[in-house]
Amino acid sequence: MARGKRESKEINASSMADIAFLLLIFFLVTTTIDQDKGILHGLPPWTDVPPPDVKLKERNVLEILVNSANQLLVEGEYMDVSGLKDLTMKHISNNKRLPNFSDSPKDAIISLKNDRGTSYDIYIQIQNELKSAYSELRNDETDKVSKGEFLTYSELKDCADVMNEHKRQKKCKEWKGIVKTAIPMKISEAEPENIGGQ
Amino acid sequence: MGRINKKKKATPEISTASLPDIIFILLFFFMVTTVMRKNDLLLEANTPQATELTKIKYKQATAYIFIGSPKKEHQDKYGSKPRIQLDDAIRPKESVQKFIKEKYALVPTNLKGQFIVSLRVDKDATMGIVSDVKQELRQADALKINYSTKIRIDQ
Repeated sequence: MARGKRESKEINASSMADIAFLLLIFFLVTTTIDQDKGILHGLPPWTDVPPPDVKLKERNVLEILVNSANQLLVEGEYMDVSGLKDLTMKHISNNKRLPNFSDSPKDAIISLKNDRGTSYDIYIQIQNELKSAYSELRNDETDKVSKGEFLTYSELKDCADVMNEHKRQKKCKEWKGIVKTAIPMKISEAEPENIGGQ
Repeated sequence: MGRINKKKKATPEISTASLPDIIFILLFFFMVTTVMRKNDLLLEANTPQATELTKIKYKQATAYIFIGSPKKEHQDKYGSKPRIQLDDAIRPKESVQKFIKEKYALVPTNLKGQFIVSLRVDKDATMGIVSDVKQELRQADALKINYSTKIRIDQ
């Protein structure tokens, strides 16, 4: 028997691309790039006894009421959500100029009360407006405190984050503290009432 | 002057030998980024849109609560009013505290301080049920929450 050296045949790889394509299409279809984003919110700690009533100067409180028909009443006047940001900023950064707005950003408080029948969508829109008013003021303050090194408060927060190990972390932490005490976010939410029903 | 050889040149074929490699790179990208959906949603949780968003950094330190009206095919079982879904079952609001405690116990020790509850609430839900859940969360001492929203691009 002739025992010629057999050349090892190369495996045909031309179908590899097709296989890879199939897999690719499978993953393309099943992928949902999960977006874990949202509005961050802190809740007050639970207390069994209701907290004592604290007398606040009326000018320092911006009162927002929302009814079950999703209508806003801000300081006793009917209002649209789109105007809320400007009004909030005016209220916080008033510094004793106008008599019915706050004494200083440190004293300013937003009081929010909604009905059990208020839609979640409008609640989020209000939270969004309040948040954006505060973040704009905090950005300005950040710029001022860091002398232009950081333009937004979130950049500063990233820098101060323990997990990031930024080399300017100490400075950032200090600045963050200054901005936070200059413009504290004081949003007080009352227990919703059931007037308009579910 | 030398004569230029005017033979017609055949256009060379583009080699497709590297095509599998390119496809493989794409494939790996999608394989890595793919998140298989963990919970089978029994209810509609179409979140509203907002602009002031914060990203949740640590997924291992996050608990998800879904609130919304049950999907059409489950409505004869659960009704059409907004309900709460924890993991993959619809639950009454009283079980929120226990659920949060279980999830908190699973968080790695170095991330305990980062524990956050992500609320995925349908935009047509009312604040009544959301407030109930918030009260439960306060009692469970889970004070950091995130209202999950989609991003809105303002013109």
